[in-house]
Amino acid sequence: MIRILKQIFRTGIVTEPLAPVADHEIERVGAELSKVIKQRFRGSLAIRQVDAGSCNGCELEIHAINNPLYNCERFGIQFTASPRFADLLLVTGPVSHNMEIALRRTYDATPTPKLVIALGDCGCNGGVFGESYASIGPVSKVIPVDACIPGCPPTPAAILLGILKLIT
Amino acid sequence: MSRLKDIVVAALGKDVKPDDTLSPASVISLFIPREQFAEATKALKNEYALLAAEWATDETSFSRGFGIYACFRKEMEYLIVRTSAPVDDPTFPSLTKKFAAAFRFERQIQSLMGVTAIGNPDSRPWIKHEDWPADAWPLRKSFDASKPLPRVPGEYQWIRVKGEGIYEIPVGPVHAGIIEPGHFRFQAMGEDVINLEEKLGYVHKGIEKRFESLSWHEASRLAGRVSGDSTVAHSLAYCRAVEALTGSPVPDRAMWLRALFLERERIANHLGDLGAICNDVAFAFLLYQFSRLREIVLRANLKLFGHRLLMDRVVPGGVAANIDAAGIQAIHQELDWLAREFERLVLIYDENSSVEDRVRDTGVLKPEQARDLCVVGYVARASGLNLDCRIHQPFPPYDRISVNVPVLVSGDVHARAWVRVEEVRESMRIIREVLNTLPEGGIMNPLSDPGPDRAGFAAVEGWRGETLYWVQSGPKGEINRCMVRDPSSLNWLGLEQCIHGNIVPDFPVCNKSFNQSYSGHDL
Repeated sequence: MIRILKQIFRTGIVTEPLAPVADHEIERVGAELSKVIKQRFRGSLAIRQVDAGSCNGCELEIHAINNPLYNCERFGIQFTASPRFADLLLVTGPVSHNMEIALRRTYDATPTPKLVIALGDCGCNGGVFGESYASIGPVSKVIPVDACIPGCPPTPAAILLGILKLIT
Repeated sequence: MSRLKDIVVAALGKDVKPDDTLSPASVISLFIPREQFAEATKALKNEYALLAAEWATDETSFSRGFGIYACFRKEMEYLIVRTSAPVDDPTFPSLTKKFAAAFRFERQIQSLMGVTAIGNPDSRPWIKHEDWPADAWPLRKSFDASKPLPRVPGEYQWIRVKGEGIYEIPVGPVHAGIIEPGHFRFQAMGEDVINLEEKLGYVHKGIEKRFESLSWHEASRLAGRVSGDSTVAHSLAYCRAVEALTGSPVPDRAMWLRALFLERERIANHLGDLGAICNDVAFAFLLYQFSRLREIVLRANLKLFGHRLLMDRVVPGGVAANIDAAGIQAIHQELDWLAREFERLVLIYDENSSVEDRVRDTGVLKPEQARDLCVVGYVARASGLNLDCRIHQPFPPYDRISVNVPVLVSGDVHARAWVRVEEVRESMRIIREVLNTLPEGGIMNPLSDPGPDRAGFAAVEGWRGETLYWVQSGPKGEINRCMVRDPSSLNWLGLEQCIHGNIVPDFPVCNKSFNQSYSGHDL
């Protein structure tokens, strides 16, 4: 236990007033995010992430916004285990033929009003996988999409910025 | 000489012919008559060879019907056994009697190529879901991949356990966390899992078919996105297979840089996994600590090489990112810091009795099961199998680096975590060795022309394990077939077996200790 405490004090707070991409980008985006989430979502934006066929690259970067350096929870963003209490669906793609029905069901299970973000190049436009018998392509071909966050995969800063843009 | 080849020749005699389409730099390949396909593998099984992959190709453009291939591995050797089946009788003898791991490969061959393994006890489709038309075989050349698939009514036949008090838990495809989709069906009694059956294929994107419509260079971008967390391993295995097929040399410096990327990918993923394993036993402290270290490694990747996950840095003929003296210095400093931080966290993991209580003797994959299922990577090394292509099939520069890998025998969650701990340490050492040895020179060579009807094979030890690519050129020198075998194709079988006798709440941590790729498996 003493080691854990020591490690906690040694690490301190690493959550950034940080400069991963541009100077103070996260701080600025974050401050705005918290403000908007406070006003429009009563302080809490619940996101349900759906992998509708991605290569898992986008999922790694979505994980990263939860790490202590980005710490998206401080802005009021939390990932939920069920679509039933989600405000926003964060969908990565391309939507595979085998995931189409599950994606539609997840969308239907999310209460209205709801927002949908297509994340990553594949979710936005089909990306390197294109459209074929197995890949339907962009998320917007299956469910209505409110915003896109391009990138392969988008960086954590770009993901936070994309969410901010949509809800502002 | 090849021991595996001698075994097959001794068993079958004159009927065995050398297969001359495979580029000599790749691996030894033998052509055997179809009736003796299973017999040849019997001899290999008796010599403790392991099945690495089984696949089929449509070779109608060469008027050869379907090609059926099985790849075996024993210690320092790989051997590909090849046969063919005519278009009007697309069948071959199943290998499942000798190699249990063949059953899924053969279901996949039947589902996607329409070539049937006679004698495989499980004829249900795999990857091809129940609502596909039965005669949709996308890997056949006659299949038009551009059209959307119609849906037909159908039902998947689950394996069910019957009896008083038995109940069934369906999980997925959309899981509770930020992870890939797949379906798990548990048969349970109380908290005890009696059986787990996986149904995958949800992220099947037609990758192998897609390869056939791309140029050799474009395809390397696709290979880098077969499984996003193993992008270096997959693009490297693809590039090495293409380089073997075309006989293209790669500059020395590029080979060493490839090893640098591969080891950085290993460190980043192992750090993420160690944190996630701890999180699944409710020790969130280490999740955040390890993910902090992972983030620093990814940021250094972005700064030095231009991409956090190192996508598209390995390209056919070389690499697309270089490093200068300042960069080398920066990595040395990063490693000093990382080693210090990492060891502190490992000590906390090792001393925490409540973590120990959950991870020890949980999800045990016994060494004999591991051997029967032919698992690879850290899953194999945690269950007593000493497999690592950096050692046993060393591709440059690993032929000039000494690699030590840990092999544990307990096969539990802890063993799979501890193999990762040791591998992070070893990768840090290898990176230093690479940086100290890095030769000067160019980083990219042009790719030679691929001739028609050639094949190339490559095995690369990615962070998840042995990643195999086998590429074949068509009549005009285009991609006729690109076989991808992610370590997950074998290791998913291990997860189903290790869960027997465990309780349902331990499944997440067992699953996380395997952390197999859905996308790499579904293709």
